[in-house]
Amino acid sequence: MKYLQEFADETLVKEGIEKIRSLIKHPWKIMEVCGGQTHSFVKYGLLDLLPKTLQLIHGPGCPVCVTPSSIIDLAVELAQQPQFILCSFGDMLRVPGTTMSLLEAKSRGADVRILYSPLEAIKIAKENPLKEVVFFAVGFETTAPANGLSVKQAHREGVKNYSLLSAHVLVPPAMEAILNDSEAKVDGFLAAGHVCTIMGYDDYEPIAYNYHVPIVVSGFEPLDLIHGLYRTIYLLENKSNIVENAYARVVTKAGNRTAQALLLEVFEPCDRYWRGIGLIPNSGLKINKTYQEYDAFHKFSLQIESAKENTECIAGDILKGIKKPFDCKHFGKKCTPLFPLGAPMVSNEGACAAYYNYAKI
Amino acid sequence: MCLAIPGKVMSIENRYDGKVKFAKVSFDGLIKEASLELLPDVQINDYVLIHVGVAISKIDEQEAEKVFQYLRESGDLEELEPNHAL
Ligand code: SF4
Repeated sequence: MKYLQEFADETLVKEGIEKIRSLIKHPWKIMEVCGGQTHSFVKYGLLDLLPKTLQLIHGPGCPVCVTPSSIIDLAVELAQQPQFILCSFGDMLRVPGTTMSLLEAKSRGADVRILYSPLEAIKIAKENPLKEVVFFAVGFETTAPANGLSVKQAHREGVKNYSLLSAHVLVPPAMEAILNDSEAKVDGFLAAGHVCTIMGYDDYEPIAYNYHVPIVVSGFEPLDLIHGLYRTIYLLENKSNIVENAYARVVTKAGNRTAQALLLEVFEPCDRYWRGIGLIPNSGLKINKTYQEYDAFHKFSLQIESAKENTECIAGDILKGIKKPFDCKHFGKKCTPLFPLGAPMVSNEGACAAYYNYAKI
Repeated sequence: MCLAIPGKVMSIENRYDGKVKFAKVSFDGLIKEASLELLPDVQINDYVLIHVGVAISKIDEQEAEKVFQYLRESGDLEELEPNHAL
């Protein structure tokens, strides 16, 4: 376990928090979009140090957590058939579907492989020409270009036994869905730095303008988070609903244009069901017609069943900032990272898992 | 999984008739291959952020070292070798 005192920037972080204290005049609710940010806030004990007038709402920003169990069921189903090799990122393996997780399928003999990069899957496909290699592709705009590259590479190499089970999600439509929800009252956002590394932050300008919320692009280290919060509160106190970049060391306004072009080349937007939130129009990416032969949904005629999520889980209320993980009666009892009942307990970046792992109870 | 990890470009190789560049990237001595397809202008000795095997942005050396140090301190580097983590 890490607390602030073990962290090199401790003094600077404390100074930043003092600056926030003298700046803040009104109660504000700020949502951090990225699960990596949630993770840092909890891990470094920053939540206890911030003024009580500031409420942080832990957003939906963990692509693993929001992947609906119905898509996981599809991945498990494929993995259990002997002609398939199912690959994904390690985080995705523990997530429970309705019957089991990929890890359980693996322990029962399915060929499930954990990859560091989707590009490794092409190599596996070439080495196993008689098998169908499927990469279960999750992620935000940060990860979608890399997953898209694997499709381009398969195409380039004439690899036919490779396809993507795409469960990508997009950040701006989720922010709008939260802003449109009358129960969720978010005054300002910390936008996810690494998503903006790819996409830049032009997409946030209409959101800031239309919903009257400041949006500050922020990194995920403690000092970056405090700086991002300071700027968001400054904008809120000055009624300035603009987009600002507090992570200019890494993020540019335009983002990575080559990556954006690749997303357009390989994918197209689609409606997507988010675990804990529900259906959000145009909030996902699926493989477009040009690359259809690499779309596992198309290739194996897969349908996403409407998801039956666990009704005991109050994930939706947590994502909307109405409740905290501690308010859930199952937290740490029936629901733990090893046996998660709901999405936010699933991966390290989920709010419930972060509280479970790091918060002092 | 959402992390981007800073590394140093040690060598660059052209593939597919020179259309796509790949690099050997050092993460404090651990060498991994990364695609430079999304960041074609990278040179040897540049510092880059690598996300799931793909370079996504160039950063300066100081930033690279700071972030790497941070990720090491917080125990977040294990995703570089995912099969060791499970
Ligand atoms: S503790 Fe578990 S059941 Fe409760 S809200 Fe979090 S994920 Fe859902």
